[in-house]
Amino acid sequence: MNATPTGPVTDIAAGTGTVAGTGTLAHVAETAVPEHHRGGERPHPARAGLGLLLRIVLCLVFGLPLLFMVVSSFKPDLQIFDDLGSWKAFLPTGDISADNYTGVFDRVPFAQFMMNSVIITVVTVVLGILVNSMAAFALARIGFKGGGIVLGIILATLIVPFETLALPLLWWANQLPFLGPDGFSQGWLDTYQVQIIPFIANAFSIFLFYQYFDSIPKELDEAAKVDGAGWFRIYRSIVMPLSGPAIATVAILTFLPMWNQYLWPLMSVQTEELRPVMVGIDYFKQLNTSWGQIMAYATMITAPVLILFIAFQRSFINSMASSGVKG
Amino acid sequence: MTTITAAENPSAITPPERKPVKGSRSSTTTALLMLVPAAVLLITFLLIPIGLTFGLAFTNARLISPRPAEFIGTDNFVRLFQDETFWKSLRNTIVFAVVIVPLQSACALGLALLVNVKMRGVNFFRTVYFLPVVTSMVVVSMLWLFMYQKNGLINQVLLKFGIEGPDWLGDPHTALLAIILMSAWQAMGFHMVIWLSGLQTISADLYEAADLDGAGTWQKFRYVTWPGLQATRTFILITITISAFALFTQVNIMTQGGPLDSTSTLVLMAVRTGFQQQQTGYASAISLAFFVLVLAVTLVNRYFTRDKDVVR
Repeated sequence: MNATPTGPVTDIAAGTGTVAGTGTLAHVAETAVPEHHRGGERPHPARAGLGLLLRIVLCLVFGLPLLFMVVSSFKPDLQIFDDLGSWKAFLPTGDISADNYTGVFDRVPFAQFMMNSVIITVVTVVLGILVNSMAAFALARIGFKGGGIVLGIILATLIVPFETLALPLLWWANQLPFLGPDGFSQGWLDTYQVQIIPFIANAFSIFLFYQYFDSIPKELDEAAKVDGAGWFRIYRSIVMPLSGPAIATVAILTFLPMWNQYLWPLMSVQTEELRPVMVGIDYFKQLNTSWGQIMAYATMITAPVLILFIAFQRSFINSMASSGVKG
Repeated sequence: MTTITAAENPSAITPPERKPVKGSRSSTTTALLMLVPAAVLLITFLLIPIGLTFGLAFTNARLISPRPAEFIGTDNFVRLFQDETFWKSLRNTIVFAVVIVPLQSACALGLALLVNVKMRGVNFFRTVYFLPVVTSMVVVSMLWLFMYQKNGLINQVLLKFGIEGPDWLGDPHTALLAIILMSAWQAMGFHMVIWLSGLQTISADLYEAADLDGAGTWQKFRYVTWPGLQATRTFILITITISAFALFTQVNIMTQGGPLDSTSTLVLMAVRTGFQQQQTGYASAISLAFFVLVLAVTLVNRYFTRDKDVVR
């Protein structure tokens, strides 16, 4: 647990070097190291069969609850309960309709919630990539006196979970002044910026970029400098274009927690128009609970993440694996 | 890449004084300029709040109050240590961590071993096991809140096996267990992936050598796989423990700490006092207790891993 952790991140950083292709980590998702069944020795058919059965059972354990959620979102409440006792719970049978979905739109300002979540997430991801990569560039490629200490402090903060700071931060956010388009205001509670700005700079993102930038040959900088390029040009035209995998990793590791954020918006935002989707689910727990509508809402707020996950499966899994050095 | 070819062209070489050297004044200025946005944000939203956790814990600060916070010494801690809910929350938080750490890490390792084989469709299994990880804890909690009902999906499935399930979340004896099982289900795929990347750093040669020595599956696991996963193990232990201490979302959505405080946690308590009751000072004292817990785990862990490094 020193400043130079071993493991996946070092692998992405060292593995790709100059090529903006896929990192070594791609192997996590891509190749399987045959572990127990090496050396030509094939597993006993009965054992292989048992293994497959186990894998399938586990698939049901992890997959069925989510399938149940999606399927139930199309059923009326009464039928959801009736179907619980049989396989029908996981099948779109009976009285299938989109009523629950229209019900959601009647009950909460869903489009508004969705837009808020998209704004908050996208802005944080984009600014996060910019701000953290610049800081990492300064530390990894330019270097300056005291840079090592700065990096040390950044790494040391990695062990502090957000939850320990949430309450003092809430108080602090309420004291902060803000100069916005409407002029000067006091207190950040109930705003967009309170959901965005505290999460832009991220120690772990800086660390990921740092690792990656450090692995890109320094000769590139020298050559560019000879060519008359300044540091900003080197950052923009050389280092960043070569850092695709690191950017993807940071983007995913920012996107997921931002989209799924619950504790912070729950406390920092009380105005309905500013709420993100996750907090919106609380509306359904009050007064005449309709489980069909809850499932419809849950399906709709999960869909964007699931679609992105299925589309960029490999990057998602690799990014999560690369967070394996945190701490 | 064009810059490299351009550099080979002698006419493109600029006079030496325009070439910034590491540590030169203009380089340092640029470095600091690029560092400033992140530095300002980290100081404002990370370092100052860390300091505030310590500072506010000794004041009577309120979230929204016209009066400035006053220093009240250790009053918050005296109150905290006399607060029965605090001890219950601390106990629940620790029980949650102590149960979920071995449970979740062992099961995740099992999953990783299952999907770390050359087999058709293995990617499909990995993807499915990983699905709950990308699903928000908010959604997962709502879903399981429904499944855990007295005659909900889980008890209906248990009934098929002739087991009469309890009222999972309504019974103080099972509520915390129910939340543990659900949390393990949600995060297992994440740790599976981390185990998996650890497994793949183990050289295949070692397995071949073990094969030559006639080692069986269990022996290979015991003497090749297990020692090879040392670094991964440390990491998984720390992350699961710290995220276990931070338990909040599930509890807030599913039980609000009940029944009878049987699922109350430190973070839930901090949110109750600091947000709902607006007692920032008291909430900071709770946060500080939480922080000390995290720090202790990290230090203990660091101590043990350092020790092992020497032995190895």
